[in-house]
Amino acid sequence: MQITVTVNGVTYTHDVEPRLLLVHYLRDVLNLTGTHIGCDTSQCGACTILLNGKAVKSCTVFAVQADGAEITTIEGLARDGQLHPVQEGFWEKHGLQCGYCTPGMIMTAVDFLQRNPNPTEEEIRHAIEGNLCRCTGYQNIVRAIQYAAEKMRSGS
Amino acid sequence: MYPSAFTYYRAGSVQEALKLLMENPDAKLLAGGHSLIPAMKLRLASPPALIDISRVPELAGIRDRGDRIVIGATTRYDDIQRSELVRQVLPILPEAIEVIGDLQVRNMGTIGGALAHADPAADLPAVVLALGAELTAFGPDGERTIPADQFFVDLFTTALQPNEILTEISFPKPPAHTGMSYQKFANPASGYAVVGAAAVVTLGDDGKVAAVRVGVTGAGPYAVRRQNVEQALTGQEPTAAAIEAASQLASEGMTFNSDIFASDEYRAHLTRVFVKRALTAAIERARG
Repeated sequence: MQITVTVNGVTYTHDVEPRLLLVHYLRDVLNLTGTHIGCDTSQCGACTILLNGKAVKSCTVFAVQADGAEITTIEGLARDGQLHPVQEGFWEKHGLQCGYCTPGMIMTAVDFLQRNPNPTEEEIRHAIEGNLCRCTGYQNIVRAIQYAAEKMRSGS
Repeated sequence: MYPSAFTYYRAGSVQEALKLLMENPDAKLLAGGHSLIPAMKLRLASPPALIDISRVPELAGIRDRGDRIVIGATTRYDDIQRSELVRQVLPILPEAIEVIGDLQVRNMGTIGGALAHADPAADLPAVVLALGAELTAFGPDGERTIPADQFFVDLFTTALQPNEILTEISFPKPPAHTGMSYQKFANPASGYAVVGAAAVVTLGDDGKVAAVRVGVTGAGPYAVRRQNVEQALTGQEPTAAAIEAASQLASEGMTFNSDIFASDEYRAHLTRVFVKRALTAAIERARG
């Protein structure tokens, strides 16, 4: 089936098998390997991307379902060499150790901060329930999201 | 993990979806896909065809129809949570949805998908039972309405026929002095309900319980109403002692699931405890 998607501002058209998962389309067809595959069972959130602005687990979406959609992956967050505030937060607050969960964590945080620009720590922890960090580095991940929230609120 | 190959159809209308379903009797309907796709990846399900109904305009959305609120079957959890109307009138829905899956799952999952799938540990079955919802099915003979009480038939089994499509869920607007609450004991790993209890309580002008409905999920093979609890509380002064006495009946006459995480005995205990918590919170809210 032919699909057309816009990924990080670039429009692509491809013929895909219906069973092709969106995460495989992004990684294997578009070579956007920043989106990771972790558990492949909808649990860990490493494959999280933005589908029409909302965080979804791309291992649990068929590419054909994304036909016509706007997709943002981790590769599409930085603008003109400037890190997105959430990326900057992870850098500044040491929000990653091995880095495997990081792209998914960041994409979830981007969606979450759009809907809740001034979250409490508890709200942040609830928001990232669908993202697992096997380094258990949650403390600094929460701090990274707090940093981003503050930076985005101040509009800088 | 790849599912086995299937043919993908995208329906533009409910009529088209039904036609495709009649032509492909072993096809599965795809809405949010967050139960179906994991099952397909594990090859627990290998449907030869999927009919994507997620873009059928009339199946999605939240409508105010006077004395009822009607939610289209493919309305996503996130859109229900963001609805001011639902927050005002049916606050138990966002309360329960907030503890379904995670943020990403709530962005994709749909209310109708969850109800039609009838996972024994899903949250919303208890809620639609407690709210006295009606579910509309569209099939070859047209539309029919199924009361929530008759919808859940067995493990992963509903009153829907294989050639019927769940189109909408209709909720009566609760009268004044109604409080509602969903209380859940979540499996710490999966987040699914080991036991979930929903209670909707209306108090009369005399402060006594005028009406009460209780739904329980997770505990047994399918979600059930707890009429014995409701009967024990109706007409009573809602004191802590009366709530406690009624809640003790919650586990009577039920079949309980048993697994490595929770024995049937433990689930029976949790049912009594969480029915009590749901009733207590609902009554507190009914008092305003």
